Amino acid sequence: MKVFDEVGRGTTNAFAYAGGVAELLGDSLRFIVAFRIRLRETMDQAYLLGVQSWAIVLLTSLFTGMVISLESAAQAASYGVSNLVGGAVAFASARELGPMLSAVVVAGRTGAAIAAELGSMVVTEQIEALLSLGLSPTRMLVVPRLVALVVMLPLLTVLAVVVSILGGMWVANIYAHISTESFITSARQALGFDDVLRGLFKSIVFAVIIAIIGAYQGLQTRGGAAGVGKSTTGAVVTSIILIFIFNFALSYILFGHS
Amino acid sequence: MGLWARLDDVSVRYGPKIVMQNLSLDVVEGAITCIIGLSGAGKSTILRLLNGLKKPDSGHVFVQGREITEMPERELIDLRRTIGFAFQFSALFDSLTVGENVALPLREHTKMRDKEILKVVTETLDSVGLAHVLDRFPAELSGGMVKRAGFARAVVTNPQAVLYDEPTTGLDPIITHVLTDTIVKLRERLNGTAVVVSHDLESIYVMADYIAMLFEGAIVAYGTVDEIRRSPNPIVQQFLQGSEVGPIPI
Repeated sequence: MKVFDEVGRGTTNAFAYAGGVAELLGDSLRFIVAFRIRLRETMDQAYLLGVQSWAIVLLTSLFTGMVISLESAAQAASYGVSNLVGGAVAFASARELGPMLSAVVVAGRTGAAIAAELGSMVVTEQIEALLSLGLSPTRMLVVPRLVALVVMLPLLTVLAVVVSILGGMWVANIYAHISTESFITSARQALGFDDVLRGLFKSIVFAVIIAIIGAYQGLQTRGGAAGVGKSTTGAVVTSIILIFIFNFALSYILFGHS
Repeated sequence: MGLWARLDDVSVRYGPKIVMQNLSLDVVEGAITCIIGLSGAGKSTILRLLNGLKKPDSGHVFVQGREITEMPERELIDLRRTIGFAFQFSALFDSLTVGENVALPLREHTKMRDKEILKVVTETLDSVGLAHVLDRFPAELSGGMVKRAGFARAVVTNPQAVLYDEPTTGLDPIITHVLTDTIVKLRERLNGTAVVVSHDLESIYVMADYIAMLFEGAIVAYGTVDEIRRSPNPIVQQFLQGSEVGPIPI
């Protein structure tokens, strides 16, 4: 019976969590559609959450592009199809690795920051203070972070894709002696502009996941410092899991037939 | 005098713990009502019920003659604009200066120009003796100054009532005296109602028009300062004397 209790409680909690997240997203969209956006705060968040993430995104995508190139160049060379390496790197970077890696890195850095900041505001009564002043925490805190990430994550993804391809091109040249021209030609043939656009669409969905999950976890914080730690961990873990799930679903929908 | 608010037969629980059971309390308009009671008795919950931050599990809450128990959030937001709330730990926004903290409700709720806002904010900070810290961040202030900045933010929109949650807890006697004096002066300036939750009996005796004592989820005594001090209720007397002996379990 205890097992059934646990399963029942877990299921109820999962639905309550999903409902809470959906409600927060709905509230945020209501403010965005009505253009009740605090622009100054949104700009600040764009800098804090987006611009300050560029270095970590650049490093992870650079080395990822280099690894793909290293692995694929060796295989391609052994089969005599070195001219396909550029296409493989560009294809993987634009469609999958660019959007997903940037999202995972940003979830670890920014999602945690959102949850920790809002969680601290809960335990120091700052959220209640907003409510007592007749102000909506969703409009004041969640919407600026959501809008900032929706703008900044696609830009970071573009950076990730470009850097990943450049890193791959460099390794292909050094390691398998594939010329820059051959690499670029292969990349241009394999990669369509719509692939890039679809990759960017993915990054917008991931930005929504990171911002809303981070904000929801933060606003649900209970207890003191331990509660903030729990919310922060929960935000990162949940965001990353959802990014992987949504990545599969979006890849199936967007690229399933191509 | 009329009533500013009324809690009628209110029950509140947090999980399995019953905090209030069929509690009723009248808050007189234009007066300072102080709520006393043991730690964890639910005093701060009363303040949250009065501005709709907390909904009771049963019973009714009336504020300014309107029942707020089932009031939609949008109407509650309008109501909260007429009620100032000074939090126990002030709850100033860390990322904003003291001036920006106090200006926030004016910026969000009025169409005042920056110059006008600055004038009102400076006047309000001046009324709590803090005009000189306008550009400083909360982390740079002492405990007493942070409390007063919280008061300033609570009263900057000239609310009809101000709720103070433990305004003097953890402060030295001089700052306690200053804050008590500030609460009385602010009530006079606003010509409104104040509800103060506190353990600090000396302050309460100075500022209270009425005192309500909360014990085991109900109001066990209510009256003027003299009435409460002379109360024959052994619970009240044990609390006022800080005695270990009596009906209150330690």
